[in-house]
Amino acid sequence: MFQVEQVLVLALALFATGVFGVLVRRDPVVLFISIEMMFNAVNLALVGLARHEGLVLGHALVLFVVAVAAAEVAVGLGIIIALFRARTDMDVDRIDELKG
Amino acid sequence: MNPIYWVLGAPLAGAAVVRLAGAKLGKRASAWIACLALAAALAVASALVAGLAASAPDARHVVVPGFTFLELGLFRAGFDLLVDPLSVLMACLVTGVGLLIHVFSVAYMAEESEAEYARYFAYLNFFVFSMLVLVLAANFLVLFAGWELVGLSSYLLIGFYRSKTSAADAGKKAFIVNRVGDFGFLMAVFLLMSSYGSLDFDVILPHAASLGAGSALAATVALLLFLGAAGKSAQGPLFVWLPDAMEGPTPVSALIHAATMVTAGVFLVARCHALFELSSLAMKAVAWTGALTALFAAGVAARQNDIKKVLAFSTISQLGYMVLAVGVGAYTAGVFHLFTHAFFKALLFLGCGSIMHALHGELDMNRMGGLRKKLPVTHWTFLVGAACLAGVPLTGGFFSKDEILGRVLAGPHGDPLLWAVGYATAAVTAYYSGRLVFRVFYGSTRLDRDAFDGAHEGGWAFQGPLLVLALGALAAGSLGLPEFLGTARPLEAWLAPVFTDSTWGGPGPSEPLSLGLMGLYTLTVAAFVWLAWSLFGKKDASVSNARTGFFARNGYVDELYDLLFVRGLLALCGWLYRVVDRELIDGAVEAVGWTAQGAGAFLRQNVHNGKVRAYAAYVVAGSCLLAVLVLILGGLTCFR
Repeated sequence: MFQVEQVLVLALALFATGVFGVLVRRDPVVLFISIEMMFNAVNLALVGLARHEGLVLGHALVLFVVAVAAAEVAVGLGIIIALFRARTDMDVDRIDELKG
Repeated sequence: MNPIYWVLGAPLAGAAVVRLAGAKLGKRASAWIACLALAAALAVASALVAGLAASAPDARHVVVPGFTFLELGLFRAGFDLLVDPLSVLMACLVTGVGLLIHVFSVAYMAEESEAEYARYFAYLNFFVFSMLVLVLAANFLVLFAGWELVGLSSYLLIGFYRSKTSAADAGKKAFIVNRVGDFGFLMAVFLLMSSYGSLDFDVILPHAASLGAGSALAATVALLLFLGAAGKSAQGPLFVWLPDAMEGPTPVSALIHAATMVTAGVFLVARCHALFELSSLAMKAVAWTGALTALFAAGVAARQNDIKKVLAFSTISQLGYMVLAVGVGAYTAGVFHLFTHAFFKALLFLGCGSIMHALHGELDMNRMGGLRKKLPVTHWTFLVGAACLAGVPLTGGFFSKDEILGRVLAGPHGDPLLWAVGYATAAVTAYYSGRLVFRVFYGSTRLDRDAFDGAHEGGWAFQGPLLVLALGALAAGSLGLPEFLGTARPLEAWLAPVFTDSTWGGPGPSEPLSLGLMGLYTLTVAAFVWLAWSLFGKKDASVSNARTGFFARNGYVDELYDLLFVRGLLALCGWLYRVVDRELIDGAVEAVGWTAQGAGAFLRQNVHNGKVRAYAAYVVAGSCLLAVLVLILGGLTCFR
């Protein structure tokens, strides 16, 4: 009953949702969640295609991506906590110190 | 090695050594090297004359081929030198008079620092070398090289006192005015090259007729060559550089006016007479330019108060005579006058240097007078020079001027009108020569008591050259005594092989006419010298300060140039600076900067705004764009 098209459509929907979230939300935590959604949408597409093609390497790669993503989450949340300590206001539009 | 290279090499080597090492070697060594270099060149040039005299008259034409200067296909121009009576005569004159001027300079420049002294002598040697290249050339390319080298050396020497603005300006003026003439010369050379495919005199001059006698091409070539000659010889309206050339040290003036530089124009016409004779129009232009310049410059000389200016305009006037002579085909007479003039004009300028030395640079004859007892040697030699200039009978200048005027009147291409102009010039010349001598040496002095008492003769280096030149000026006439005396005319015999192909030559005036003319000149000269004496020789000679009128203002030629060229050019340059440079070019450069700055400011404020979500949007937009591109361009193949 596995159909690669269904998996890819689901991955696309997840990715689009993530992009939408990044663009419209201003809370850094929600932003972060949206990024994770995009991550996992890509993972899903990868694992689905790997199964469709019958390649074990794809499955192994997904495990690596999950591990790297976990590390990235740790770094990202660390940044958010540091930001929260530095300022109470957490609207990402107001955090524009990187402006040239 | 051919001895001709010694003539050229000695002054060049002298110039190089003195310029490079003179400041370290000291003044004595610089002076000795420079003088010995010229003495060597003079000795070799004299030996060449002797060698040439020993060969048959029709064998007196030797081309010494040198290294190849320029080779383009079949065209070749080498550093070829020509040994013929005219060139070696000029070489002897240049080195001989040049040597005396060098010796005079040893004392005249003694107060300069060692470095300046060495620079001066190096340039002086270089000047002589340049002139020798010019006169010894065997093709137009070498002639042009010498022509330009002379221009360069005159620039260096006229502007020798380089910290003086007026000297630097005078140097530039000499160079620029000469460039006008050089332009004509160069154009003529180009025309000859395209007609003959060669620049050698031996190819062009014997076959000059192939340009077509009376053709427009021949006339153009001759007139363009004459433009060059007029620039170097200060003829017509191109004379303006010569009076300003007085800014150089006085011996340099002597060198420019007597031996080198200004004689180049006369030499050129004499050398290229075969080309000039093709066009009677060009010859008429030459003769009339010479005659009118002679009269005009004599008029100006009669109104100057600066003794060097008087001498400068007298040079222009005498050059006018020479140009007049070659313009009627009397080449030998022109070269004869060139020869005598070289002696007496060098003498007059060195005498002037001696006066300046005695009076600490005073040049205004309103502040002289009565110097004959203070400066006896200068006085007598100056008197000889002025007598030659005026054409007092039996002096060198008298015979050469008589020769020219006789042929202008009675020669095959003579013209009574030209003679009348020349005759009037002779009268004015007698007047201003007398005026010059009487105002400087006679009457009561107008000097300060101290300056007058302090005036004294310089050492042997001053007096020696003056005496030698005075003797030369008196004796030079013996080279061309009038025909009716029946004596040998060595100069004419010597130059005959050069001018055998001339179709314009012919017998001079007959004996009665010649005698009559001589009597007329003698009376005229006596009358006008007497006029000068009665005006300026008396004890209570009045001081004239008038600096107005046509002649006193040099014929308004400088003003005319100012109006015609200088102002227009300055206005054009000002406009180019203000509008084109400042607005257009600077504007374009600054517009580039403003655009970059403005674009940067705009992007910084509106795109690089620090908002993370905006950056994310750019990433998404960019990704979408890439995806679309891939689909349109590459994707079409990969999805098939």
